[in-house]
Amino acid sequence: MIFLFAGFAALLVASSLLVVLHRNPVTSALFLVLAFCSLGGIYLLLQAEFVALVQVIVYAGAIMVLFLFVIMYLNLRQDVERGVQTAIRRGLGWLVGAVLLAEAFALIAKRWQVGPVSGGPEMLEGNTQAIGRALYTRYLFPFEITSLLLLVAMIGVIVIAKGRGGTAAADDSAEEKP
Amino acid sequence: MAALWNQPDVQVAVWALLKVGIILNGMLILVSYMIFAERKIAGHMQARTGPNRVGWFGFMQPWADVLKLFFKEEFIPAEANRVIFHIAPMLAVIPALVTFAVVPFGPGPALVGADVNVGLLVFLAMSSLGVYAITLGGWASNNKYALLGGLRSSAQMISYELAMGLSTIGVLMLAGSLSLVDIVHAQSKVAHVFGLPIPGWYVLYQPVAFVIFMITALAETNRAPFDLPEAEGELVAGFHTEYSSMKFGLFFLGEFMNVISISCIAVTLFLGGWNGPGPASLGLLWFALKLALLLFFFIWIRWTYPRLRYDQLMNLGWKVLLPLALANIVLTAIAIQWVSGAAG
Repeated sequence: MIFLFAGFAALLVASSLLVVLHRNPVTSALFLVLAFCSLGGIYLLLQAEFVALVQVIVYAGAIMVLFLFVIMYLNLRQDVERGVQTAIRRGLGWLVGAVLLAEAFALIAKRWQVGPVSGGPEMLEGNTQAIGRALYTRYLFPFEITSLLLLVAMIGVIVIAKGRGGTAAADDSAEEKP
Repeated sequence: MAALWNQPDVQVAVWALLKVGIILNGMLILVSYMIFAERKIAGHMQARTGPNRVGWFGFMQPWADVLKLFFKEEFIPAEANRVIFHIAPMLAVIPALVTFAVVPFGPGPALVGADVNVGLLVFLAMSSLGVYAITLGGWASNNKYALLGGLRSSAQMISYELAMGLSTIGVLMLAGSLSLVDIVHAQSKVAHVFGLPIPGWYVLYQPVAFVIFMITALAETNRAPFDLPEAEGELVAGFHTEYSSMKFGLFFLGEFMNVISISCIAVTLFLGGWNGPGPASLGLLWFALKLALLLFFFIWIRWTYPRLRYDQLMNLGWKVLLPLALANIVLTAIAIQWVSGAAG
């Protein structure tokens, strides 16, 4: 178990570093996919199989495909950065990184147990049911609010996509959908 | 040696490796003979005989084809992104193979790779990862036809994945489990209507979902009439224009392996899996028969229907299949509530 965890964790750290450090945006995006998959592996080791697979489906399978789609569409071969903007961004990055590193050291100092949570009663039926029950009872209101927000976002996207130029006929709107 | 064998971890690993070996080799042979069957059936549909020279009735043709692919010259475009160009064909095969890990081929734990309690999600995850092979293959070739093919495929697969995922929800609601083994068990009940045995297969309870699943399966595997990513009339050969030798072979293998894995899932979800008349030991045979039927269906469709236009494809996916799948979920929910209300 600990070997698998070490493997996935090492893969996650390495691929996350490569996302940031690699020059080619497409390769960066692919390393992000790898990072999501290894994160899924870690969830799996924590016996959170539903979260693990949803992680792969949603992030690796849907969101990153769209990212890749946009990168390829714009044909960004090299990411070009220059000037003051870069300096600000680098500075912010170092700052946030330092804070995260300090947090990590603080957390490691607390000596957490590695491995799955030893089960409450809901662990017996598998966590798919447990998540469903929690979403529809205790967290029903936030869940509904989130779905409403997503619906508004969807309608907004369609309105914006339709409205641009005013020439969007019924047949070519279908082609712009992805 | 015996002490090593007595450790449960070692036993699990050895059994898993054995299953992996059997599935891998079995699927390679199945794919090569499915290609052979496709050529034969296509031939007879077009009033010719198909390959019949190599071996007995042409039965050695797949081996000859594979050998030929291995010995072909491999060509990589000068401006291609070499690493991704090499990775893309592998990505075409791996997700399709991983899906077989959760398919219950027959009753009993020996015939299931791994009975995980989120088996259906594994399938959906792997089919969503399948997009990368074609998109990346098209992009890394640095060829405009290949890029167009890759972009088309990602648009197409994202659009149809939604309807496919939604069409399986009706089955989930009836079975009450994400485990494929549980879903097959849930279909084993035989109802008797006027003395006639009616199997509990979900195709009878979820006909709309089955039709949507099969249409989206055709689109997800990029088979005709949804083979726009490789439309040869407009895109030369689409995403695999620049691929040659065994790299092209891997894309080919991936496509057919996807067809087989998606058919396995369709058999499991809708056609009752290994369930059938007779003793339980016939389960594997029933599964194979149903699988063969669906594979024939795939070939039959391919040589019957012309390719869709791109806007027709998007209209069908977003304006017909998606609302239908959503309506199916709502109707299934109402029906389940009705039946359970009447029973309780």
